[in-house]
Amino acid sequence: MKLIKYKYSGKGFAPYLSGLKSNSYEKEFLIRFYRDMLRIRLIEEEIERRYHEDEMKSPIHLVIGQEASSVGSCGALRPEDQVYCGHRTHGIYLAKGGNLKAMMSELYCRTTGCAGSRGGSMHLFDKSVGMAGSSAIVAGAIPIATGAALKAQLTGESWIVAAFLGDAAVEEGAFWEAVNFAVLKRLPILYFCENNFFSVCSPIEVRQPENAEIYKKAESFGLKSVKVDGTNVLEVYEASRNMVEYARSGKGPAFIESVAYRWRGHGGAGDDSHTGYRDPAEVEHWQQFDPVKSYYDFLEQKNLLDGETRLAISKEIEAEVQEAFDFAINSPNPIEDDLYTHVYSD
Amino acid sequence: MPWAAALIASKETSIPSAEEGRILSYVEALNEALALALEIDPHVLVLGQGVNDPKGMFGVTTGLSAKYGNARVFDTPLSEEGMMGISTGAAMNGLRPVYLHNRPDFLLLAFNQLVTHASKIHFMDNGKTKVPMVVWSAIGRGWGSGAQHSQAIQGLLLGVPGLKIVMPSTPYDAKGLMLSAIADNNPVVIFDHRWCMRQNGVVPEGMYQVPLGRGVYRRNGRDLTLVGTSHTLEMAINAVDSLEGEGITADVIDLRTIKPLDGEIIIESLKRTGKILVVDTGWEMGGVCAEIGCLVAEKAFYDLKAPIKRIGLPDVPSPAGFTLEQFYYPNPEKIANVIREMVCKQ
Ligand SMILES: Cc1ncc(C[n+]2csc(CCOP(=O)(O)OP(=O)(O)O)c2C)c(N)n1
Repeated sequence: MKLIKYKYSGKGFAPYLSGLKSNSYEKEFLIRFYRDMLRIRLIEEEIERRYHEDEMKSPIHLVIGQEASSVGSCGALRPEDQVYCGHRTHGIYLAKGGNLKAMMSELYCRTTGCAGSRGGSMHLFDKSVGMAGSSAIVAGAIPIATGAALKAQLTGESWIVAAFLGDAAVEEGAFWEAVNFAVLKRLPILYFCENNFFSVCSPIEVRQPENAEIYKKAESFGLKSVKVDGTNVLEVYEASRNMVEYARSGKGPAFIESVAYRWRGHGGAGDDSHTGYRDPAEVEHWQQFDPVKSYYDFLEQKNLLDGETRLAISKEIEAEVQEAFDFAINSPNPIEDDLYTHVYSD
Repeated sequence: MPWAAALIASKETSIPSAEEGRILSYVEALNEALALALEIDPHVLVLGQGVNDPKGMFGVTTGLSAKYGNARVFDTPLSEEGMMGISTGAAMNGLRPVYLHNRPDFLLLAFNQLVTHASKIHFMDNGKTKVPMVVWSAIGRGWGSGAQHSQAIQGLLLGVPGLKIVMPSTPYDAKGLMLSAIADNNPVVIFDHRWCMRQNGVVPEGMYQVPLGRGVYRRNGRDLTLVGTSHTLEMAINAVDSLEGEGITADVIDLRTIKPLDGEIIIESLKRTGKILVVDTGWEMGGVCAEIGCLVAEKAFYDLKAPIKRIGLPDVPSPAGFTLEQFYYPNPEKIANVIREMVCKQ
């Protein structure tokens, strides 16, 4: 018997097809979202394809299935805005404008990596694009992100902060402590929660009471809060844009619960549904709501994108990916002295 | 007290010899210990993130919830500090929780409850309340575990009164020490090591205990005393065995628990060899190496024929990259080199 515990509950692109909603966007703008999502998908697939070669000696947490969350949210941010996140870093780093060569070098443990081979996949840092911090301790980066927002407020910066978290992070006290403070001080920060129903192999039903929706809990703390279809890049973008405007205008912190499904296992390559913690049918169910494909279908119906252009885009991305992998593989390994630098700052 | 009864029934004054038993993996030995404890005492609980998912905490908890039910073997919200306090309260009222964590790094979130509450309650209420609780985690190493997933934090806890700390190195001890820890009426932290989990070894069936606070000789030799715990034993034994051809022999002591610490066995051996090398999975500074070094300097200074030496981690966070890891961690060759130097420099 097939058991689909967590069903897609979004509306798809129907509202955008009929209404005027999407007409207010430039064609280029809409296509860029497609390109950005496809880029993340193809990069993740290439990482996955090469993982068994045993050269990327790093744990990986793939974001396949959740690309719209990364692209829609970061699409609403400015280059100078800061992002903080957990272990599932790839989508956020790339969507925030991260350097693919630096990311791949980090996964290949090379000196040219964005953290100089100290971090690996879970710890991508890159100030040049506002990738300010990623923690492998669930919720570890959230209070820190909130501290960054305190700075932005006190010195009147133009930038704001986005803190990315998973559904499990709201089980940590530190999250609520940070949120309480952010509301108290009306800090310019967006908490972006990607609810994919699982923490490793533990479904949300064994971790959080039934019917206690995450965005409502956040709302009860005084955050401006909304839930969105995390497979729909436009819905994610519009919610993010509203919340970012709200936070930037000094009204206070905001929260988005973005619901999308993790197609692969918690870590590593491939789907691990066969181990029994979820039904493979559930994965198949969500694959019908592929954020990349459903958005392409929408653009095609709108006559904004066709198969030929799509092919050209993916060819371009594939070439970039190939170049980045080659760059990483041909980059130097660290030497012993590198271990001892930056334990303290000057 | 079912524990006392069970242990008396199994005549647990003598430790069964390691020849009696079957070959089990390290993980199976731990699993068997938990199953036995759940079997003989309805007050035993096994909890932690993912304890009843298909991965079952590396296999340590596999099958336990199916056999003993979800009420006593259960998955938890992340909430490490809260769950540590909940375990403490349950223990104070007669339950015997075994709270498992993937990594010691996650225990750091719960230090308030573990260090400031669980370990002090018996003292603070003048001996009225017991806190029979076990906190287990597995130290990570390699494959990009990095700064936040490989911390061996035993040194941080060594100075906490009221707490016991166990660090097994063999499947036999893993089972026997787990049973002792559960039987103990104090909070006991067990640090297993992910790399110990690759071992197989002889494990007796049924109930037996390895006493807390007693070390054991793994090798007997003349030239030097080598002291360690957990995964360092495998490296130490390899190092010592590799020097046999050069005519170098050493006592290798497995402390098994670092708190209480078996100072007697260390001093006894040192009086014969006159030289001591301490190896630990944690940082050299302020940890197990430092404590044993001080103990020897205090208690056996005049028996020393050479300066005390230690091999642990440098005062640097763990890097994630593969090459940097090779520089960072001890290995049998590095240990052998230090032994050679200590023995030959007469
Ligand atoms: C404090 C802490 N506890 C446990 C873990 C182990 N862990 C790593 S990732 C993870 C799952 C987190 O799930 P979620 O926050 O929903 O993010 P997702 O993996 O679904 O993106 C867990 C439990 C951790 N890294 N940190």
